Amino acid sequence: MLPIGVFVALLIAWEGVVQIFGIPVYLLPAPSVIWTDTTAIASTIGKHTLATLGTIIMGFLISFAISLPLAVFMTSSPLISSAIYPLLVLTQSIPKVALAPILVVMLGANELPRLVITFLVAFFPLVISIAVGLMAVPEELTELGRSFKASKFQELYRIRLPYAVPFIFSGLKVAIALAVVGAVVGEFVNADKGLGYMIITATAFFKVPVAFGALIILSVMGVVLFQIVVIIERVFFPWSAANKETTIA
Amino acid sequence: MIEIDDLSKVFHSRDGAEVFALEDVSLDVGNNEFLTIVGPSGCGKSTLLRLVSGLIQPTSGAVAIDGNIVTEPRQDTGIVFQMPVLLPWSTILDNVLFPLKMLGSDVSDGIAKAHYLLDMVGLGGFQEKYPRELSGGMQQRAAICRSLIHNPSVLLMDEPFGALDALTREEMALEVLRIWTDEPKTILFVTHSITEAVLLADRVVVMSPRPGRIAEIININLPRPRTFKIESHNEFQQSTQRIRELIFGNRDEKRIVS
Repeated sequence: MLPIGVFVALLIAWEGVVQIFGIPVYLLPAPSVIWTDTTAIASTIGKHTLATLGTIIMGFLISFAISLPLAVFMTSSPLISSAIYPLLVLTQSIPKVALAPILVVMLGANELPRLVITFLVAFFPLVISIAVGLMAVPEELTELGRSFKASKFQELYRIRLPYAVPFIFSGLKVAIALAVVGAVVGEFVNADKGLGYMIITATAFFKVPVAFGALIILSVMGVVLFQIVVIIERVFFPWSAANKETTIA
Repeated sequence: MIEIDDLSKVFHSRDGAEVFALEDVSLDVGNNEFLTIVGPSGCGKSTLLRLVSGLIQPTSGAVAIDGNIVTEPRQDTGIVFQMPVLLPWSTILDNVLFPLKMLGSDVSDGIAKAHYLLDMVGLGGFQEKYPRELSGGMQQRAAICRSLIHNPSVLLMDEPFGALDALTREEMALEVLRIWTDEPKTILFVTHSITEAVLLADRVVVMSPRPGRIAEIININLPRPRTFKIESHNEFQQSTQRIRELIFGNRDEKRIVS
């Protein structure tokens, strides 16, 4: 209850400061103004929210779909790992915000460059977490597999991948948060819909309360998506979530 | 029957130097014999066990089980490591059944056997628990059940109680003896504990380090079934004393006794 109390107190303080000092709405809108202005165009906001949500989820799923086989491939031999790893690091050293307009030119003004940017922002920590998880398997466990004549595939499927599940979820939690950032960056550069696009157009017309409204929706969306990943882990891999709790405690 | 013939294993360290983990080890192990291997760190006792298991290959010499040279892990061999290494995502029952899944055997046939083994080691009510819900000793018991599920005729135990506390350790030693009496099999048991080695064994192989060689093989003619009472037996005392001498040398005796 305490965090909620603090939050409410902050909102009241914010509202009070804006009222008392008469701060202009284009500098800092009061919470009440943000609420009324944003809810006034609820259906438009809803449409933009769905567009952004779609980009985030698609980009996130693409990141996972590419990261998993890539990490498996990387960890299959030290040679492959040493060949690919520097390239991965290189992709991370590219500022994604600077890359975005170039991608729009290359890929066209459609959903594709937004998905690519979301993917580029989200996939790296995911690949690394999965690879670390696959490598963290105790040697005795793989030896145990070998002593029962496990094939490479069986070892991967029955030992390495399950063992990596807690690591995969750590990566997924980081990736979902980054996917939100990636999607908004993509919409800043090129979009005709989405919350990022809304913020750009709203600020261009000094509709700051609406921009704030979009910002708040983005934050809430980030928290909710993160929690969904947490819940998926708890429901489908309870041993993974439980193991982590015991190690943290 | 296991025949170990002139076995040597050389490892290459990172700087290219050769490390003789094992040199010219020859040893015959009889059917259903309980053989313990004791020696200081670096004497190659774990290497010997891994060579017998087929997980690694010798530099020269050979291991044969029932007349067949070991070139890869065999189905009639079970292994217990120092750590239980149970699968954290599987229940105790599924962990015990894991070898059958790996070997592609019919798991349903193994369920009765798994229940029998778990009952035998006192884990009767824990089939559906997860490894993290069990103590270290209980996890190691489950690991022993896992090593027995596919009815191996050879059981290799690499310091299986090394990670357990002293009290649990003594309890487990008797447990292994009981299992061995119920289901006779050839056991190679590596340990750091001299009393454990003597308590369990028909013969104790004492090894010396750098390079790993057999220093002496000591016959233990103590009566079976054995309990801790046997430790007051004269032959028990003599055997442990002899092993201490072999490992630490006579000159250090005073210091060790004090």
